[in-house]
Amino acid sequence: MVAGGSSARVRAAAPPSSHHRRRVRRAWLFLAPMLVVLSLVAGWPLARTVALSLTDATLNTLDEANFVGVANYLAYGPPLDAFDPDAGAYYLYDAEHDRHFVLDAQTGRLTDETDRDHPIVYDRVDGDYVHAETGEPAPGIADPLFQWSGVLADRLWWRAVANTLVFAIASVSLEVILGVAIALALNAGLQARGLLRAAVLIPWAIPTVVSAKMWGWMYHDSFGVMNDILLGLGVISEGLAWTADPHLAMAAVVFVDVWKTTPFLALLVLAALQMLPGECYEAARVDGVHPVTVFWRVTLPLIKPALVVAIIFRTLDALRIFDLIYVLTANTEATMTMSVYARQELIDFQNVGAGSAASTLLVFVIALVTVFYLMAGRVRLGAD
Amino acid sequence: MAIPGRSRPATAAFYAAVAVIVVYTVFPFYWAVNSSLQTPQELFDVTWFPFSFSFGNYAHVFDGQPFGRNILNSVFVAVLTVGISLALSLTAAHALARVRFRGRGLLLLAILSVSMFPQVAVLGGMYELIRSLGLYNSLYGLVLSYMIFTLPFTVWVLTTFLRELPRELEDAAIMDGAGPWTTLTRVFLPLMGPALVTTGLLAFIAAWNEFLFALTFTLSDSQRTVPVAIANFSGASQFELPWGNIMAASVIVTVPLIVLVLVFQRRIVSGLTAGAVKG
Repeated sequence: MVAGGSSARVRAAAPPSSHHRRRVRRAWLFLAPMLVVLSLVAGWPLARTVALSLTDATLNTLDEANFVGVANYLAYGPPLDAFDPDAGAYYLYDAEHDRHFVLDAQTGRLTDETDRDHPIVYDRVDGDYVHAETGEPAPGIADPLFQWSGVLADRLWWRAVANTLVFAIASVSLEVILGVAIALALNAGLQARGLLRAAVLIPWAIPTVVSAKMWGWMYHDSFGVMNDILLGLGVISEGLAWTADPHLAMAAVVFVDVWKTTPFLALLVLAALQMLPGECYEAARVDGVHPVTVFWRVTLPLIKPALVVAIIFRTLDALRIFDLIYVLTANTEATMTMSVYARQELIDFQNVGAGSAASTLLVFVIALVTVFYLMAGRVRLGAD
Repeated sequence: MAIPGRSRPATAAFYAAVAVIVVYTVFPFYWAVNSSLQTPQELFDVTWFPFSFSFGNYAHVFDGQPFGRNILNSVFVAVLTVGISLALSLTAAHALARVRFRGRGLLLLAILSVSMFPQVAVLGGMYELIRSLGLYNSLYGLVLSYMIFTLPFTVWVLTTFLRELPRELEDAAIMDGAGPWTTLTRVFLPLMGPALVTTGLLAFIAAWNEFLFALTFTLSDSQRTVPVAIANFSGASQFELPWGNIMAASVIVTVPLIVLVLVFQRRIVSGLTAGAVKG
């Protein structure tokens, strides 16, 4: 960031005057309305989402939610759907050994009721089950009855994490390559620059939902122009279901995202290219250095800082993708991302606790990726 | 015209590449316009030009669903969001750009991180907040929730802009005994026209395009904004989407944006790069 300049540094060295203190007080006054609104719409909901992720809240019982610890993230115990609230107990079945059990939710006592006339009772002592009468340990008795639950134990969540990472890596890499290529073209072709800049701004200006619909129509399996062109060229022998086929859906989504966001990247890179000193290129041209070598040895190192910032922004954007995937491919497993998963839990399944847990995990993943980037790129954001 | 110092084939290849890029970026929009002007019968056959020039799809968009109302909703929400964001960020940016104080760097970093926040991360808490304020299924609820992404952006860009104004302007005002409020409104504000237009336009586009909150916090068709209305367009059956109508609606909401973007393209490019490159 560009700091206040040399005069500001001189000021800072001087002892704080009463005039300066008054200025600072007024500055906070100027900041106050924005800070209040931002805390209300960002800080508070974020804190509440984390808090809700530790409760059993549903959409209709937001006010009377109970604290359940980290159970929405990961828990090991009897399956929740085996709970009978009237009896206050879980009715469990061990399919492997064909045995029926009752687990008292209050006492934690486990009763083997396979033989109704001779129930065998186990007590829970220090986390292990022992025979209530003999005191003999019964290792592993509960293992077939219990299961892992919570977002982290949900196969679909991990699928969503994998999908999101695949999407982010594929789309951002393609966007960087194409974006740099378009930026180089914009920087070189003086006559075509206006036209090209206007053309690349069009995908950027179109709302995501609208572009998802436009591409959905182009991808249409029977009447879409995509299949028509590919059939005409003989690339495919029959129309493909681009958005419905699990093998194609992710590629279809990446293709639309690349189309929509490459312009943004190209413009950022172009801004960086236009700030480069001309002398290096003049010298390289005089020395007869090959243009490709010039790109790798001169241009790329010089635009690297701007490129790294653009890549961070695009990656963070790709990791939270929702609109495009929700509209183009709905809630299919092949393309479900973390955001789609979290919203589905929260709104469609009305499971606010689990949905909030997924949201919180998404923030955690994004924070991890950001830290990784900042360390790898040695970027100092917000350094004053 | 050949580029100096390059051979003719290289120039031809260059312009071919430019042509490919232009077709790639513009074609989907052309295809939407093309499809929107065709009759339902023509749509079932891939036709590269709308020979019939039928405006039936455009008429259909407005009957059967309150699409006119949806457009007004979007305009209302976006204008109000931008107005409030600019007003709040004007004073905040002045403080962040022109006064040195402890914690300023940290504050800017916090604002930047909010702007990169996934909206889903606050969905549960925001739902609860909007519910408790009685703003569920209300356009004001959307305005409130949209502050989370417009406000950090407008603060950030206006701060960048205000930092670059010369210090002498402010010093002269202070010599004349002007306080910060007078300095801001009388000295800086008249110079900020272009920055406000650019920032406002970008924030307007972001609010106009928003989907997740609008989908989650509104319920009835009459409270929907345009993106949600278009996403929910349905035909007689689930398998028979009215593609002609959807394309017509897409064109209706996209053309104003494209016109705005093309008119302000230089400013938009500088606004976007100010928001990111200088971070």
